[in-house]
Amino acid sequence: MSSVLLLLAEVETAAVKQAVEGLAIVEPIVKEAAVAFPWANLGYLVAAVLFILGIKGMTHPRTAVRGNQLGALGMLLAVVVTLVATKVGYWVLLPGMIAGAAAGVWLAKKVQMTQMPQLVALFNGFGGIASVLVAGAELLKKASTEVGPSAVDTAAAVDPGVAGVATALAGLIGSVTFTGSLIAAGKLQELPQLKKAVSFGGQQLANAVLFAVALVLVVGMHDGSAIEFFPLVLVSLVLGVLLVLPIGGADMPVVIALLNSYSGLAASAAGFIINNNVLIIAGALVGASGLILTQIMCKAMNRPLTNVLFGKMEASGDAADADEVYAGKIKSTSAEEVAMLLDGVQRVVVVPGYGLAVAQAQHAVRDLASLLEDRGVTVEYGIHPVAGRMPGHMNVLLAEADVPYEQLKEMDEINPTFSQCDVAIVIGANDVVNPVANTDPTSPIAGMPILNVYEARTVVVIKRSLSPGFAGIPNPLFAADNCLMFFGDGKQTLVDLISALKEG
Amino acid sequence: MDIITGLTIFVLAIFIGFEIITKVPPTLHTPLMSGSNAISGITLVGALLAGSGFWGNFLGFLAISFAMVNVVGGFLVTHRMLGMFQKKR
Repeated sequence: MSSVLLLLAEVETAAVKQAVEGLAIVEPIVKEAAVAFPWANLGYLVAAVLFILGIKGMTHPRTAVRGNQLGALGMLLAVVVTLVATKVGYWVLLPGMIAGAAAGVWLAKKVQMTQMPQLVALFNGFGGIASVLVAGAELLKKASTEVGPSAVDTAAAVDPGVAGVATALAGLIGSVTFTGSLIAAGKLQELPQLKKAVSFGGQQLANAVLFAVALVLVVGMHDGSAIEFFPLVLVSLVLGVLLVLPIGGADMPVVIALLNSYSGLAASAAGFIINNNVLIIAGALVGASGLILTQIMCKAMNRPLTNVLFGKMEASGDAADADEVYAGKIKSTSAEEVAMLLDGVQRVVVVPGYGLAVAQAQHAVRDLASLLEDRGVTVEYGIHPVAGRMPGHMNVLLAEADVPYEQLKEMDEINPTFSQCDVAIVIGANDVVNPVANTDPTSPIAGMPILNVYEARTVVVIKRSLSPGFAGIPNPLFAADNCLMFFGDGKQTLVDLISALKEG
Repeated sequence: MDIITGLTIFVLAIFIGFEIITKVPPTLHTPLMSGSNAISGITLVGALLAGSGFWGNFLGFLAISFAMVNVVGGFLVTHRMLGMFQKKR
């Protein structure tokens, strides 16, 4: 029974849409729509199932390619169904489709693996703004139908209050996602204008006020009124900028994951506006995915989300002074010395950090590992969940260099094995191997799970200098008895090490 | 469709998402993110349905363009990344 009503409502919507578009012959279109729309909804259902199967494929590297293809197939199906069912003039749709597709292909082909975080941030932002634009266009459509004779029919299809609030939420979430993602992408690209974490007095207050204004405007739209939309979008755009500006470097994985979630929620809100299940389902899936990743990242830093978003990482008053920690205890090493050290070892664990990405050293690491493996050494990689600038960043880089994924070990898996490790090589990582997290409860990184490299027989740290990591604190590991500092550029030091190994 | 039906679908989809995605290994978190990001480009369907009148069509054009970048770029770059995980042993 309800499905019949649903069908009727849809037929009416379709008819109204066509009428509004100024098409003269209404009756045959009604008939056509009556045939097309149930099929359309079935098509959308299949698309939604394909999305779910697609994400399910992501649970294993072997099935992931197929999964991604299923997702793409779902999207293609949804688009084709929409094009067939609506009979909107293609000349209106094609320019945007071609322009967008061309830009998408260009970006996807051109991007380097080290730039992946900023690209994902950018795509997030585009998804967000698209949802805002859909909400805006739907408002315009509604405004134009209200002057027409069929206003009542449209109202029957989507409750104006529901549509109003959904429009407002799509505007709010989508706009925050858009500007927030652009700022995040700019920071990740290390644009000079965004290099410093910008903060000013009363920033929290400004954010709170803006958010309150936005909420008032959202509530104002619950009766289907439209004038609040434009100011709401403006306020939200500013809010997105202010929220992300003060967040820096190592907190980026959390921000990207959260914006990922928002872009999904914005799409879901757009689904409520136009009464479309596939938007609601796909948006909800992405929203859940982003939330889970956010949660994993926060847990890996032992910081609540609010602390990442609004708090600062503040060193406690009695934090150890760098000179005090390092004075006279740093042992600098050379390629020849490390090559000798690696002679006759059984097990080596490589711990990569963001420095690996900066130095583009992933291929050099792989070359070193191959050389060691040829000599019968077991090589594994210990990956901290927040190493790099987005979830899984290190894994992608190492995969690019043909490192088999079986060798990439998660923190919980590799930690108990460091005591059986002859040499741990830390490349461009700092805070994630800082033992202070375990020992000093007053440290800003207290309680953060770390990779226990200090348990290895010898630790070699490849790093440009003794400068602190994101947390801004010295690392006692560097001064430990079993630790050797190999100063230099990540890639160059590895190349030197490889030639020293070959000569030795 | 009334609001309750819509919310039911939304909440159930969130739960399905949680169930599947918690099983994704950290190795694949970046492709998961870019792939799911491409899926959030589903707002493209909304964009295709949106335009009417000059300004409506204009906003629709922009929405379609942005969503297409999101969809096409997202799926392609995910494919490229996953290909790297698949290479020779």
